[in-house]
Amino acid sequence: MEVKTTGVAGTLESSDIQITISKNASGIVIDLESEVKKAYGDQIESVIKDTLTKYGLANCKVKAVDKGALDCVIKARTLAAAQRATETSDKPDLEVL
Amino acid sequence: MTYVKNRLRRTMMFVPGNNPAMIKDAGIYGADSIMLDLEDSVSLTEKDAARMLVYEAIKTVDFGGAEVVVRVNGQDTPFYDEDVRAMVKAGVDVIRLPKTESAAMIQKLVKDMEAAETEFGIEKGSIGVMAAIESAQGVLHAPEIAASTPLMMGLAVSGEDYTADMHTHRYPDGEELRFARNMVLNSARAAGVYAFDTVFSNMKDTEGFYRETNYIHELGFDGKSLVNPRQIPMVNEVFKPTKAEIAQAKNVQNAIREAKAKGSGVISLNGKMVDKPVVEKAERVLATAKASNLIDEEGNYLGE
Repeated sequence: MEVKTTGVAGTLESSDIQITISKNASGIVIDLESEVKKAYGDQIESVIKDTLTKYGLANCKVKAVDKGALDCVIKARTLAAAQRATETSDKPDLEVL
Repeated sequence: MTYVKNRLRRTMMFVPGNNPAMIKDAGIYGADSIMLDLEDSVSLTEKDAARMLVYEAIKTVDFGGAEVVVRVNGQDTPFYDEDVRAMVKAGVDVIRLPKTESAAMIQKLVKDMEAAETEFGIEKGSIGVMAAIESAQGVLHAPEIAASTPLMMGLAVSGEDYTADMHTHRYPDGEELRFARNMVLNSARAAGVYAFDTVFSNMKDTEGFYRETNYIHELGFDGKSLVNPRQIPMVNEVFKPTKAEIAQAKNVQNAIREAKAKGSGVISLNGKMVDKPVVEKAERVLATAKASNLIDEEGNYLGE
């Protein structure tokens, strides 16, 4: 799947994470901002990467601003941003969930 | 998660579907049912994101044994189809349809759920439905709505939309909701499903909340919709059975046991016949007493 536009999902409220997905030439590049980056940075990035790969996005840039989100929230916000970036929000692919 | 038709449902707490902090904590307050909302509490631009968040939450968050209900968007919105598909795939306990006005609307929901169950290989009939009655049309068709499907869990009165439809608004005495409440309750009872009262949104008016909850408990409602977890213990307090009711329920159970031991088909208690409604009432009282920590596993009274 291709990134068609910049997709943003999530807020900067506590327990949430804001994910912005935009075009990238090759590979998934993640820029993570989190107060718990030292302890959980790798985990957060791997959840984002796994979710994007499952949704069929191999090339994109990701800006993630974490406010203490659980894995399920990271996954949900990544999916919502991916759907918005690929313009598939109206008819999202649920098989990948 | 699996849908159980008969269970304790005193409190149904509304949780906005796009709020991770509130969803994450929803299970800790002891609500009997948690209603994750994709409808009115979610802005139009966030419907897709809320759907994903609620989906992932149902899959992973521990809701503390509460029943999980999702209020999908109405059938007149472009979000309804995907909401239903995603919630069926997530394996929610109950799907709540807002603005229900006819049996046909519930039958459409059941058909759409069946299609999704087939699509995702989920057992048919494993998810219940409930109808929110929010208009004059809905109230007048409540009997057929309640009986529209074997999957019906219950009916809920939605006071705000209903009073707007009736060209009035909420009053402290609840007179404006009297017909709707009784219609919904009688329809639910006639069809053997649950009945829920509307929310009480003025958090500062504790006295008013107790007055309304006592009133709907007196009418016979099974539970109340809530917008704030602080209201949960208040509702439980009102729905708590008295010591005398518990003693009576235990007597009924003993009478059943005795009759069974004697091989007698007729159960009598103090010279009066114990019939089905009496047995069911006793079971309800004991289940509520247990949930209120008024009796232990063996049925010993723990209150003062």
